[in-house]
Amino acid sequence: MRQYRPKDNVQKKAYHTDRFYQVPTQPRFEVQEGSHFDDVVKALGDLCKEAYVSLNQLVVYIDATTNKETLTLLRDECAYAQCSELSAIDYLAQDGEFEIFYQLLNLSNASRMRVKCRIKPEQAIESVVDVYKSANFAEREMYDMFGIYVNNHPYLKRILMPEDWQGHPLLKTYPLQGDEFASWYEVDKIFGKEYRDIIGPENRDPARIDRYDTKRFSRVGYEVPFGADISEGEKPNPIEYSETVLVDYNKSSKQLDEKR
Amino acid sequence: MQQPNKLTPFFENINFERDDNTMVINFGPQHPSAHGQLRLVLELEGEKVVKAYPDIGYLHRGVEKMAENMMYNEFLPTTDRLDYIASTANNYAYALAVEKLLGVEVPRRAQVIRTMLLELNRIISHLFFIATHALDVGAMSVFLYAFREREYAMDLMEEYCGARLTHSSIRIGGVPLDLPKDWISNLISFCDKVEYELEHTYNALLQENRIWKMRLEDVGVLSAEDAISWGCSGIMLRGSGVKYDIRKEEPYELYSELDFDIPVSDRGDSYGRYRLYMAEIEQSIKIIRQLIPMYKDTKPQLMAHAPEYISAPKEQIMTQNYSLMQHFVLVTQGMRPPVGEVYVPTESPKGELGFFIRSEGEPYAYRVKVRAPSFYHTGLLQEILVGTYIADVVTIIGSTNIVFGEVDR
Repeated sequence: MRQYRPKDNVQKKAYHTDRFYQVPTQPRFEVQEGSHFDDVVKALGDLCKEAYVSLNQLVVYIDATTNKETLTLLRDECAYAQCSELSAIDYLAQDGEFEIFYQLLNLSNASRMRVKCRIKPEQAIESVVDVYKSANFAEREMYDMFGIYVNNHPYLKRILMPEDWQGHPLLKTYPLQGDEFASWYEVDKIFGKEYRDIIGPENRDPARIDRYDTKRFSRVGYEVPFGADISEGEKPNPIEYSETVLVDYNKSSKQLDEKR
Repeated sequence: MQQPNKLTPFFENINFERDDNTMVINFGPQHPSAHGQLRLVLELEGEKVVKAYPDIGYLHRGVEKMAENMMYNEFLPTTDRLDYIASTANNYAYALAVEKLLGVEVPRRAQVIRTMLLELNRIISHLFFIATHALDVGAMSVFLYAFREREYAMDLMEEYCGARLTHSSIRIGGVPLDLPKDWISNLISFCDKVEYELEHTYNALLQENRIWKMRLEDVGVLSAEDAISWGCSGIMLRGSGVKYDIRKEEPYELYSELDFDIPVSDRGDSYGRYRLYMAEIEQSIKIIRQLIPMYKDTKPQLMAHAPEYISAPKEQIMTQNYSLMQHFVLVTQGMRPPVGEVYVPTESPKGELGFFIRSEGEPYAYRVKVRAPSFYHTGLLQEILVGTYIADVVTIIGSTNIVFGEVDR
């Protein structure tokens, strides 16, 4: 029977995990009374659902519908003038949700905080381009990579992938090698779908390496004439590694004995 | 009207021929002054740009996707390909983020070597900037001189790690190698050389050059509010009068112990930024000179001692069975950082380079987000180019110092 592989997360997984392995967790600290982060949490009031400090950065969870309100408040009242990063994490497999984070920077006292919220895949998030202009490109990238729609964005369009691309590459359901559409993209675009059969999978990738190709690749260890057919059988190669790669560790300048 | 067919598809609703005075031109993606694969769609009114639309993605390789499918150590050489002008800065930013996630303390000698390499890379990157920026503007000879000095710096990098462009010279938890035998003396002579050339060649050729000043002064003016709002960092931010350098404000590595200045310009134009690049080379040399005596006082340990996450030194692996087993597990299965997330900003030559890593306790990161400075500087182009003349477009692109390995990732 073929091994079952989950479809909702096709990314690489650990091939072995110890039965009794306990995963440690990064420590989270409570917001200290009287600190700068305490003022921020107080200024947010009801908007803040949960707050903790991790690695000297404040992490705040908010409701996804209040994102613009929260960020405007943080910019105007807490001096978080720059949004240095904005993106999403795909938790669709576990929770059926995306987690969106806004990484903010306060330039006056060099403190950083992260505002996080969660949305369902069918929901859209409000754009924060009016608050931080840097969100313009970042939100487009988030849309491109995850397919999260951003309401009221001035120009919501794919940014890294081609305009006519199908699928969103950073989703956990999207395989690293790409899907059916990705592998035939150039063929479909240049020649048309009907040419898939004529061109065939062996010719669709110009970077494909054919081990019997003697026109574009030389053989290591022995030579064959240009274009010779060697598909019948390759001569066994007596040299495993080319000699230039072999290093004589006894003769190298760095000797282990010296250090002792 | 366009006649779309399969070989010339309909091109994004851009009407290149208009009835009124405006014209739409397509700049790039194969333009020698675009610093890589940048396509700009410019709408012109006479010679004035009324609308600019930067189109990126021509170098998109899915680095973040690859990071999710690679073990932490495996991914490190891939970070070289982000900002390929100063790859050690990327290696370092990634390694630092993972170290913060692991909670690993790096030995002091490794810290000294890392800081040296970072500053050397800053010089390499800034020299490259001077060279290409001058070439874009039209000063050919500066390009040749700056590339000569950059070559010496790359020789130093090659002597240390064996690579000239894609260094991978930093590991998670330290550095792989100690400095070679005469490296320090070569570094000192390189510093002397650059200092001399900076004063006698670059500054002499450019600083008071009438044409250079005419081309750069008051070109690409960026206000402090805009710079902050557009997510600018590094020299783009300091060139607009905001004194913020991550090395100073949120010190990492040895920067809290070092004495250096943060040059700031309140001009906000390309000339101010050019002056900052020159001043930063001087500061980098100053930092390197302070690091040399620090190196001599350190113990020879190069990698952090954290057997759960980081392999033991080679000698130990070769002699002790448990270290060998640990090494085998770490190579085949990879390290498993604690569940959690981290965002670590560093001051790369281009600006704030940060890695956001979300770990679920697996050997593969759950999410890696590269906060690339050039990405945000490219976004800025759609505003900063409007109202400028077509002749200044290349100057402004050069002045933002964007690298497309980083923009598209």
